[in-house]
Amino acid sequence: MAPAPSTYAGVADVAAVLVLLTEFAMLRAPLLRSQVRLYAFQSLVVTGLAVDIAVVRHVGDLYALAIVSFVLKVVLVPGLVLRLLGDADMDLAGSSVLGVASMILIALAVSAFGFFAVGSLQVHSAALPTTALAIAAAVILVAFVLIILRADVVSQAIGFFSLENGVSVASLVVAAGLPLVVEVAFLFDLLVAVVVFGVIMRVHHDRANTLSTEKLDRLKG
Amino acid sequence: MAITLVILVVFPFLVAAASLALPIAISRYLTIFTGMTTFALSLSLVPAAADHAQVAAGSLLRVDALSVVFVVATTFLYGATGMFAAGYLRLAEGAPGRRYGRRFYAGINLFCWSMLIAPIVNGLALLWVAIEVTTVISALLVAIDDTDGATEASWKYVLIASLGLGIALFATIIMYYAGTTVFGAAYNLSFTKLLAGARHFPPDVVRLSFVLAVLGFGTKMGLFPVHTWLPDAHSEAPTPISALLSGALLAVSFYAILRYYQIAVRSLGSNFPRNVLLIFGLASLLIAALYLLSQHDLKRLLAYSSVEHMGILAIGMSFGAPIAIVGVLLHVLAHAAAKGTAFFGAGSVVRKFGTKDMRRIRGGIEALPWSGSMLVVAVLALSGMPPFGIFRSEFLIVEGGMSDPREEIAALMVVLITLAFFGLSWYTTRTMLSPKQGSSDDGQTLALPTPAKGEVSNWIVAAMVAGALALVILGVHPPAQLGHLLSRASAELAVVR
Repeated sequence: MAPAPSTYAGVADVAAVLVLLTEFAMLRAPLLRSQVRLYAFQSLVVTGLAVDIAVVRHVGDLYALAIVSFVLKVVLVPGLVLRLLGDADMDLAGSSVLGVASMILIALAVSAFGFFAVGSLQVHSAALPTTALAIAAAVILVAFVLIILRADVVSQAIGFFSLENGVSVASLVVAAGLPLVVEVAFLFDLLVAVVVFGVIMRVHHDRANTLSTEKLDRLKG
Repeated sequence: MAITLVILVVFPFLVAAASLALPIAISRYLTIFTGMTTFALSLSLVPAAADHAQVAAGSLLRVDALSVVFVVATTFLYGATGMFAAGYLRLAEGAPGRRYGRRFYAGINLFCWSMLIAPIVNGLALLWVAIEVTTVISALLVAIDDTDGATEASWKYVLIASLGLGIALFATIIMYYAGTTVFGAAYNLSFTKLLAGARHFPPDVVRLSFVLAVLGFGTKMGLFPVHTWLPDAHSEAPTPISALLSGALLAVSFYAILRYYQIAVRSLGSNFPRNVLLIFGLASLLIAALYLLSQHDLKRLLAYSSVEHMGILAIGMSFGAPIAIVGVLLHVLAHAAAKGTAFFGAGSVVRKFGTKDMRRIRGGIEALPWSGSMLVVAVLALSGMPPFGIFRSEFLIVEGGMSDPREEIAALMVVLITLAFFGLSWYTTRTMLSPKQGSSDDGQTLALPTPAKGEVSNWIVAAMVAGALALVILGVHPPAQLGHLLSRASAELAVVR
C-alpha cells in the first residue's frame, strides 16, 4: 500500500472532531427533533470520512460501506425516529438531572479523560491517524453522558446510535481493512437494533403516554 | 462433522420461520423436537471436539472443545425449555392467543438459534454480531407480555445491553487494530489467526481491548457493576425466557469473554487478564450474596443467584490453574441445568399461586408435590450441595484456588458462597416446606392464596426431571467423553506464551 499523505490524517482528525462537536451539540439541544437532525448530520460526517478513506487509500469496499451507511444512518434511522416523534406529539426533551452548563462541563472532563487515556497508549502506525482514535474514545464517553443525564427514551436511543457513530469513526481510522461482510453485518445489526428500540419506545409510549423515563422506576432491589 | 455444524446453524432458524405460520399445537411439538435434536447433534460433536483441535465448515463455522461446552449447555436448555413452555403457556382463546403463541414460538426458536450460532461462528466480529442478535431478540421476548413491568424491564435491558455491546464492539475494533501490526491492514478476525499471532500483538492495545471486552460482554453476562438490567429482565420476562436468559444467554456472553481471555493470555501472560476477572468476579459475588439475603421476589432471587454464579465463573478463571478452569466449564453446564430447573419450578409456583412474592406463598410442596420438591432440589443444587453438578464444579474451582499463591481468595469465595446459600435457601425452603397456614415475618396473618393440590402441567414436571437428572449425572459421574472435552478446553484456555 502507498504511504498515506498527511492531508489524509488531517481530514480524518477534522472529521473526528466534527463528530465530537456534534455530540456536544446533542447535549445542549432542547428539542428532540433537533437532536435527531444532529444525529443525521453526525452520520453524514462519518459517511464522508468513509468516502475520504476509500479515495485516499483505494479501499474499494469502503464505497459500498459508505452507501449502506448513508442510507441507513442518514436517511432511515432519523426518519424512523422522527416518525415516532410525530406520532408521540412531544418535542421538548425530558427534564435532565443537570443544567446544560453542568452537563457540558462534565462532558468536557469526560472527553478529555478519554482523549488522553487512549492517546497515552502510544499506538503508532505509519498508515493510520491515531489521534482520531483518541477522539473516537471521547465521542463514546460523551454519548454515555448524554444517555445517563437525559431522562427520555428518544435521547437515550439517539445516545446509543451516536455511540455507534463513535465506534464507526474508530473502525474507519484503525480498521479500514475490516472485511466488508463484517462491516455490513455490523450495520445490519444496527438496523435490527433500531427497529427493536423503536418497537419498545412505541410500546412504552402507548402504555405510559409519554416518552419520559421518569415513570420507569417500578423495578428495584 | 461439518454437516452437523451446518444443521445446527440452519435448522432452528427454519423452525423459527415456520412457527410464524404453523398452528401453535404444531410449533409446540416442533420446538421440543428441535431442541432435542440439536442437543443430540451437539453431543455428537463432543468426541470429535475432544480428539481434534477443531471441527470447521467453511471459513465461517468452527467449533473447538471450548465452544462445544457452550453449544451443549445451550441446546440442553433449548429442549428442556421447549417442554416447559408447552406446559407453561396458557394461551387465551381466539385471535389474541394465537398471535401471542406464534410470536412466542417464533421468538423463542430464534433466540435459541442466535445463542447457538454465537459459539459456532469463527471470529471475534461474527461473535459480536451473534451476541447483538441475541440482545435484540431477547429484548422483544422480555416485552412480549406487554405489562408495565415488562416494558420497563425490556427498555432497561435493550438500552444497557446495547451500550455494553457498543463497548464490546469498540473492543473488537481495537483488537483488530492490534492484529494489523502483525497481519497488515486487511485480514479476517478468525480465532485460529488471532491465536497464532497473539504473542506479537502490542501489549498495551491488547490490554485496552481485553478490559473493554470484559466490561462490554460482562454487561450481558451480568457482572457487577453492569448487571443492573438483569434482575428486572429475569423477573418480568415470561418464565421460559427467564430460564434461557439465565442458563444460556449469560454463559454465551461469558464465552465471548473467554475468547478475549485466550488472546490476552497469549499476548500479555496470564497475570493481567486474571486480575481483571478477579476484580469483576469478587465484586459480583459479594453484591449478589448481599442482595440474596433480602429478596422476596422468587424470580428476582433466582436472578441474583445468576449474578452470584457468573461471579464464581469469573473468579474461577482468575485462579488460572487447569483444574479450576475445568471446574469453570463444568460449572457452565451445571448452572444451565440447575438454573433452568429452578426457573421451571418457579414458573410452576407462580402459575399455581398467582404471585412471585415469597411472603405470600406457603405450602408449595403440598400444592405441587413434584415440581415443588424439585424446585427445592434445584435450589439446593444451586447452593452447591452434593450430589449435584454444581458441588463438583465449585469443588474443582476451590481446589484450583487453593493451589494459587493467593489462596485466601478461595477462602473468601467459600465464605461468600455460604452467605449466598443462606439467602437462597432461607426463603425458598420456607415457601415450599412450611404448612399452608402461615404468618408473615411481622406476625400478621396474611390472606394467602391456597390453591388446590395438583401439578400445573406434566410438561413442567418432565422438563424439571430432565434438568435434575442432568445435575445428578454431572455431579455423580460425568461421562468420560465429557471429562475429556473439559480437559481439552481447559488446556486450550490455560496456554500461556
